[in-house]
Amino acid sequence: MVENRPFMTVLTHAMMFLAIIIVLFPIYIAFVASTHEASDVLMTVQGWFGSNLVENYTSVLQSGKSTTGGIPVGVMMWNSLIMALGIVFGKISISIISAYAIVYFRFRFRMVFFWIIFMTLMLPIEVRILPTYHVVASLGLLNTYTGLTLPLIASATATFLFRQFFLTVPDELTEAARVDGAGPIRFFFDILLPLSRTNIAALCVILFIYGWNQYLWPLLITTEKNMTTIVMGIQAMLYVPDAVNEWNITMATAILAMLPPVAVILVLQRQFVKGLIETEK
Amino acid sequence: MEKRVVFKNRWLPYLLVTPQIVITLVFFIWPAGQALKQSFFIEDAFGLRSEFVRFGNFIELFSDPLYLNSLKTTFIFSVSTSFLALSTGLLFAVMADRVIKGATIYKAALLWPYAVAPAVAGVLWLFLFSPANGILALTLKSLGYNWNHVLKGGQAMVLVVIAASWKQIAYNFLFFLAGLQMIPKSLIEAAAIDGARPAKRFWTIVFPLLSPTTFFLLVVNVVYAFFETFGIIHAVTQGGPYKATDILVYKVYSDGFIGLDLGGSAAQSVVLMAIVVTLTVIQFRYLERKVQY
Repeated sequence: MVENRPFMTVLTHAMMFLAIIIVLFPIYIAFVASTHEASDVLMTVQGWFGSNLVENYTSVLQSGKSTTGGIPVGVMMWNSLIMALGIVFGKISISIISAYAIVYFRFRFRMVFFWIIFMTLMLPIEVRILPTYHVVASLGLLNTYTGLTLPLIASATATFLFRQFFLTVPDELTEAARVDGAGPIRFFFDILLPLSRTNIAALCVILFIYGWNQYLWPLLITTEKNMTTIVMGIQAMLYVPDAVNEWNITMATAILAMLPPVAVILVLQRQFVKGLIETEK
Repeated sequence: MEKRVVFKNRWLPYLLVTPQIVITLVFFIWPAGQALKQSFFIEDAFGLRSEFVRFGNFIELFSDPLYLNSLKTTFIFSVSTSFLALSTGLLFAVMADRVIKGATIYKAALLWPYAVAPAVAGVLWLFLFSPANGILALTLKSLGYNWNHVLKGGQAMVLVVIAASWKQIAYNFLFFLAGLQMIPKSLIEAAAIDGARPAKRFWTIVFPLLSPTTFFLLVVNVVYAFFETFGIIHAVTQGGPYKATDILVYKVYSDGFIGLDLGGSAAQSVVLMAIVVTLTVIQFRYLERKVQY
């Protein structure tokens, strides 16, 4: 602050307060609704918590909602978790080794490989929906965890991030390692991997959120109810023909769907900010 | 930039790039090639025979009123979403930048909607605006405004724009705040000594200095509005009512996956691909992405 303007200070805090209300309000209303009985939120707005918190969440987790085929939300969350972790581990491991090859070796077609990886940036799933579906279907990967994760783990951003980082690692380290008789594999595991720890942690946070929040891909390739992920599972709860819409159950599911990624951001805030900024560079 | 010191090995580098290259070829390049190929063919109803029609699918696409409507809808949607998300993010960032006490708490509180999936954000706002029991819909009703996004296209558009922007504010806030903190305080102090008031200082000094960040965020927001909002549309409006929120990404899904129009959907994919390529090129060529934190 440059000068003391009491009015501006008040305005600032008022605006920040407003900002927090805008951000929190939808969540508060959803959480309140999720603690009531279905009939209490059907035609009226509830402003304060009800008494059905434990009951609603237990029933959601254990049996879900009959209209979605009765798949417990617990199962959906498990699917989401496997998918998210699969993407985190898959993406990081294949990116780090390909970046290692591209930075630390000279070999034929190196730049060709680099450009192939670069092209993934320009081909998000939305622009190749049907053909990708056909590939996955013909490989027999529909309704499998492999089908959910494998096509999403190729990523140019993670490879670029590692490449960028490897280029800043001093050459003296490589030379010293070589003088001491370390080969490429030993160098990778004993020196490069430990040095990449903070980058890996940052990527983990970003990729977990990315994986957990996937929507279109699971929608395409899961037709069996018990493979549904939670983020796409909510959608099925919204459109209920000939039945009372149980908003309390839907909102409880929405809260559960955002809980893991939000928890990750709040606990690992530093890594999150670093990851967000690094991957965009 | 290249490394001076490298390892020599005949087969190891190939082994290391293989997993990524195989996945990229199988799930990215090959399907994209297929989409490109199919966009020039028309397949019969049983998928037995396909006929080369050159640009037939594209000509048909751009003379289809539904597709033109979808283009217009996408334009309105992405411009409104980017504008709303950017201006709110900037406003909050400017305010947070002024705060001395409690800045970290504000920051933490505004950060985490980033983690909420677009579809979930859509569901939250859907509930707030639900005509029968949504708090905002009922408030509007008591003010004499009849809210029913299930029937009114314009209101459905407002709803998805709000939901999409709400999720994106956190991201814009973070980058704007970082950009603001990079601006040297001496410039602002000098202007203050010359008698410029806060509003004037903002528009003549801060905003112009922030323009690289703004431009970068603009591209990111447009990409977000184009491609990542599928979940919001699918969960909240299903492109309706009467195609009022039928954005391109939703249309390519509903035509291809539900309508099973292979050639038409492929042509739409190719158009989308052209859009992504353009945006990526802009991002890499014309953006100075030297944001420091």
